[in-house]
Amino acid sequence: MKILFLGRVADALGMRQIDLALPADIADVEALRCLLGNDYPALLDPTVRVIVNDAVALGSQPVAADDEVAFFPPVSGG
Amino acid sequence: MIRVQPEPFDPAIELDALAGRAPGAGAIASFVGLVRPSTGETTVDQLILEQYGNFTLATVNAIAEAGKTRFALLDLTIIHRFGTLSPGEAIVFVAAAASHRRAAFDAVDYLMDRLKTEAPFWKREQGSAGSHWIEPTPDDHAARRRWELKT
Repeated sequence: MKILFLGRVADALGMRQIDLALPADIADVEALRCLLGNDYPALLDPTVRVIVNDAVALGSQPVAADDEVAFFPPVSGG
Repeated sequence: MIRVQPEPFDPAIELDALAGRAPGAGAIASFVGLVRPSTGETTVDQLILEQYGNFTLATVNAIAEAGKTRFALLDLTIIHRFGTLSPGEAIVFVAAAASHRRAAFDAVDYLMDRLKTEAPFWKREQGSAGSHWIEPTPDDHAARRRWELKT
């Protein structure tokens, strides 16, 4: 699974992207956030939201190995 | 026509192109946003904008469609740049073609207010105060709320 970090989330983590072998027991966005939050607590910030395959996703949205996921902080606007 | 791109654009060419696509228009209004050379007493050397591919484009498209419907536009153009920009560079172009001037003026104002608060860009200023991320100001949000009022 390709996971991207946008804006100041990338700064906080010191990287812009990881490739994750999605564990079988990670079924939805919230579980993924908790898993990654163990190593990267900045992802647990409630203002950080998640995009799955180009659409903003709720915590309950299912995730699959071939999804592209992005964690993003509040937008700056144009 | 909606574009999100790193390349510079020429507002005069874009205005002509819009006029060409909207031959029945009675009014075209346009806005060009520039990178400011300073924020308060802080000098800005560079403005760095990140976007996220299809997500950013889809959101800008949705804002454009809402403006087109709300003001019965014949056509419109939004061009928004990303990447590293210097003070004075044009960063955003919005133009609206309508039958009458009021709709054209209002549409540009509305589109800019929505872009300023909702467009998925992440902006960082690099300057005399170091580097910091930018979020919409209270004034930006107040401007956006004007369009929620029923008049």
